[in-house]
Amino acid sequence: MKFSESWLREWVNPNMGTAELMERLTMAGLEAGGSAPVASKFSGVVVGEILAVEAHPDAGKLRLCRVADGAGIHAVVCGAANAVAGMKTPYARPGARLGDSGDSACGEREISVAAIRGVQSAGMLCSAAELGMGEDAEGLLVLPEDAPPGADVRDLLALDDHSIELDLTPNRGDCLGMIGIARDVGAMLDLPVAEMEIAEVESRIEDEFPIRISAGRQCPRYLGRVIRKIRLDAETPLWMREKLRRGGLRCIDPVVDVTNFVLLELGQPLHAFDLARLQGHIDVRLSRPGEEMTLLDGKVIEFAQDTLVIADAAGAVAMAGVMGGKKTAVSEQTADVFLECAAFSPEAIAGRARAAGMRTDASQRYERGVDYKLQRRAMERATGLLLEIAGGKAGPTSEALGEIPATRRINLDHAALRRMLGVEVPPAEVGQILTRLGFVVCGENSGTLTVEAPSFRYDVAIAADLIEEVARIHGYDKLPLGMGLNRQRMGQAPERQIETGRLRHQLTALGYQEVITYSFIDPGLAASFSAGDAAAVRLQNPISSELSVMRGSLMPGLVQTLRYNVNRQQENLRLFETGLVFAREGDGFRQQAMLGGLIAGARSPKNWSDSGANADFYDARGDLESLFDIGGRGAELRFVAAECAGLHPGQCAAMMLAGETVGHVGALHPALQRKLELPPAFLFETRLDTLGARQAPVAGELSRFPATSRDLAFIVGEEHPAGDIELLVREAAGPLLTSLRVLDVYRGGAVPEGCRSIALGLTWQHPSRTLDDVEVERIINKTIKALRETFHASLRN
Amino acid sequence: MPDLDELAAEALAAVAGSGDEKALEALRVRYLGRKGLLTAHLKNLGALSADQRPAAGQRINLAKQQLQQAIETRRKALAELALDARLREERIDVTLPGRRRAAGGLHPVTITLDRIARIFHAAGYDVAEGPEIEDEYHNFEALNIPANHPARAMHDTFYIEPGTVLRTHTSPVQVHVMEQGEPPFRMICPGRVYRCDSDLTHTPMFHQVEGLLVDRETSMADMKGTIVSFLREFFEERLKVRFRPSYFPFTEPSAEVDMSCVACGGKGCRICGHTGWLEVMGCGMVHPRVLEMSGVDPVEYNGFAFGLGVERLAMLRYQVGDLRLYFENDARFLRQFH
Repeated sequence: MKFSESWLREWVNPNMGTAELMERLTMAGLEAGGSAPVASKFSGVVVGEILAVEAHPDAGKLRLCRVADGAGIHAVVCGAANAVAGMKTPYARPGARLGDSGDSACGEREISVAAIRGVQSAGMLCSAAELGMGEDAEGLLVLPEDAPPGADVRDLLALDDHSIELDLTPNRGDCLGMIGIARDVGAMLDLPVAEMEIAEVESRIEDEFPIRISAGRQCPRYLGRVIRKIRLDAETPLWMREKLRRGGLRCIDPVVDVTNFVLLELGQPLHAFDLARLQGHIDVRLSRPGEEMTLLDGKVIEFAQDTLVIADAAGAVAMAGVMGGKKTAVSEQTADVFLECAAFSPEAIAGRARAAGMRTDASQRYERGVDYKLQRRAMERATGLLLEIAGGKAGPTSEALGEIPATRRINLDHAALRRMLGVEVPPAEVGQILTRLGFVVCGENSGTLTVEAPSFRYDVAIAADLIEEVARIHGYDKLPLGMGLNRQRMGQAPERQIETGRLRHQLTALGYQEVITYSFIDPGLAASFSAGDAAAVRLQNPISSELSVMRGSLMPGLVQTLRYNVNRQQENLRLFETGLVFAREGDGFRQQAMLGGLIAGARSPKNWSDSGANADFYDARGDLESLFDIGGRGAELRFVAAECAGLHPGQCAAMMLAGETVGHVGALHPALQRKLELPPAFLFETRLDTLGARQAPVAGELSRFPATSRDLAFIVGEEHPAGDIELLVREAAGPLLTSLRVLDVYRGGAVPEGCRSIALGLTWQHPSRTLDDVEVERIINKTIKALRETFHASLRN
Repeated sequence: MPDLDELAAEALAAVAGSGDEKALEALRVRYLGRKGLLTAHLKNLGALSADQRPAAGQRINLAKQQLQQAIETRRKALAELALDARLREERIDVTLPGRRRAAGGLHPVTITLDRIARIFHAAGYDVAEGPEIEDEYHNFEALNIPANHPARAMHDTFYIEPGTVLRTHTSPVQVHVMEQGEPPFRMICPGRVYRCDSDLTHTPMFHQVEGLLVDRETSMADMKGTIVSFLREFFEERLKVRFRPSYFPFTEPSAEVDMSCVACGGKGCRICGHTGWLEVMGCGMVHPRVLEMSGVDPVEYNGFAFGLGVERLAMLRYQVGDLRLYFENDARFLRQFH
């Protein structure tokens, strides 16, 4: 809502400047988002009366005007086509300063006597644009006929004014009109607000157009009035044009200007139909299935089910509260109009315009609520102004009633108010505040006020709403700062759950940089990391096709990030992300918290003591093991060769914990790597819930006896994974085995083709005595035997 | 057999001249060993008469002791020399860079979320999380935003299917917690939220922290105190904070929170749009209908809620100039936040 400050001051005139007024508005909940002067900073411009217009001797387009400014008669050269004898227009005397309006092409300048194409011009006649009063540079600004020549134009038009922009919250529909803003300003500053006298316009003709309301719940009140023989070519007076302009509205014709003016003044939308084009009667009803209409702007709309429409005998003529139809619109040929002034229930209008991709001044007001008691005054106001400007004769006002909303009575318990605000606001002040805002205090009974909400405050329904009204007028800043909430309570995250923060810190210690990528990704990339399409979760209204499917894995986002960085010469990366991944599951969605990581480039930065070899699968795996070690489950974790979309089939493992797959780790698939023009990269992803689960540790006895270690090297077929061998050895080596390490993997030399030599370092220790050699030999022999029998492994010399 | 004095003098000279511990040990064996030259003198004592023996024995023992002492002294000196030599040899260039992994780091949004969570944790707030694909009921209706409510226009909502959305705020988590638990509640809900909006100052995904406190006696004064303390803790500065009446469907009364601009100290600059104030949070007293819909008795309990944008706080805290930097994940940008 944009409005002229000086217009507001006609209603209520606080003794403060623009900046302070805006601050007060903001602090009362009507956020003043900005202001702009309504004209540039010109001076020395007065009312000039053109006495005569003569042709310029040397220039066809220029003319020579004789201009009276009260002090004398001056010859002024002028190029405007609308210059005509008898016209009053702004005259910049020599010495006048015209400001930089921002809109006009010229900057700040001083006007002097100058020769224009050989003729002396004593100053200049001005267009609206030249005074910074809008964009109209077509002709001279026409001043009112009664403007006294020589009068200062700034004063005459009250141009020391600002357009103030209010960023209103959706609950304050009542402030989408000057009457409401003035009421709030009066209430917040405790100032009297001028009453607006609206005289009833007597009907001079009998004509009425039949109206009825079929949708009474949606339309509490509908007023109509026939006005005949108006002149659409009449000029809207400057004072009204200026108020509209300062309110951000353009002038069109007297009918539109008047309805727009009442819209700004009272917040009541009105609509004028061309009476000649209406058929039979007006009915306010719900749309019929498939019903269509061409809107004023030419767009054809098929009404959604149960849209409230204004219809005549032939069909819908307006989408109620949103926009009129083209067929019955006022045009240049219109002489007789049917003026509509209605109240619609907010629920009937809310969302309709948005659903149809529209937003109009009317819909903005109706969906927030237009005072259902306002229509008669608005109708009289609009009729009066219209007759004044465009002539014509008005018929009587017809009124049809639907269901008038019941007056809301709300009880406000003073103790509840004190409890909610945390401070005492004296009951007398509470009553005064509410009264100033238009509420009616009907009674008070042992600390409880009974209040009637005014018909323009759709947003006030319960006691909390009244408390807010009291608080905002009393001033939020006057409420104290309290911290009376120190009811003691202890608690912390359970120990069996590792906080994600701990895992993140482990990863950063391992050199990983955390990233946060969008949860919606490119469908093509998503598919590369997905086993099937069926579970993909798509957005119905994505921001772009590259961000249109919810990620089913963290890997695509990490790969995308790698790509972004590689393109910026950042190639040695360890990245990780935590977050949800999404999939359809039955009728619903699976939303699983995951941790994903990526390694690319050198294992560690190339350095004088380190050649900077590239990281590989085992770096990724090692980092994962260390993550699971935090919960003491690293030793339980199994890596089993597996295949996973997007990963190299020969370098990919499923991570198993207690028989369940909890994640994958592997090399980025070479085909994908080539397609995306990426260096080799290694990816992992694991469920955050299993990663974060652990048992609280239990301290065991430490053995005081020496440990015995043996290294065993044996030759075994390549087809047997080291993981299987390890499992078997652990079992065969018995419960006294305290450590098993893979010391060496060797191929070639004496090792036959298709086999490899694996060396294991084994350590045993007894809790309560020293192991003797015989015992250890026995365990070793048992281990060798098991290896031979299961994997045909032979001991290497 | 050489004369004792000569032998002793010879031995002491040899010890003094010995070059390393090995040579010294050889000398010890040569003179003091079981078959050593001085030892031999002792063995000869038996050949002397009984009255000569004590004096001779004493002389020999004295010579032995002197020699032993000399050897010990020499041994220490040699050890010191050897250590000196070793230390000289083992000198390295300590100015060469160390062997290390590249440093990792957390995302600035995570750092900010962690800081926020720590501040509230210290005041007894729990952290609650919830789904990001949410039903319309929890995202809107349960928060007093019915279909067609004008406030829905403020939420450019991503739809998965009719009735299912990407949450537009983390407020639905409050509803889940209240539905499932018993008051009092004291919690924050951090997380990703989504709005169908993308330009210089909007990304389609961002992070919010929603806070909720529901108890028997809760006032706007408590809300103000909590938020002012939080902002001052977060920015580690005694900021000016003001509360402006505003509107959210799920709170009544509602307020917008402005704090004095951290860049200019409230004098007015580009960052605060020359107003001296920065809009940082929204808050309000939980709407009785919201409590009621979540199964909390609004007569017995009331409370306050607040919501803040994490990226915005991080921008102000770390002087991040462009919102989009957060999700481009340029390693050079991220490495600044160790």
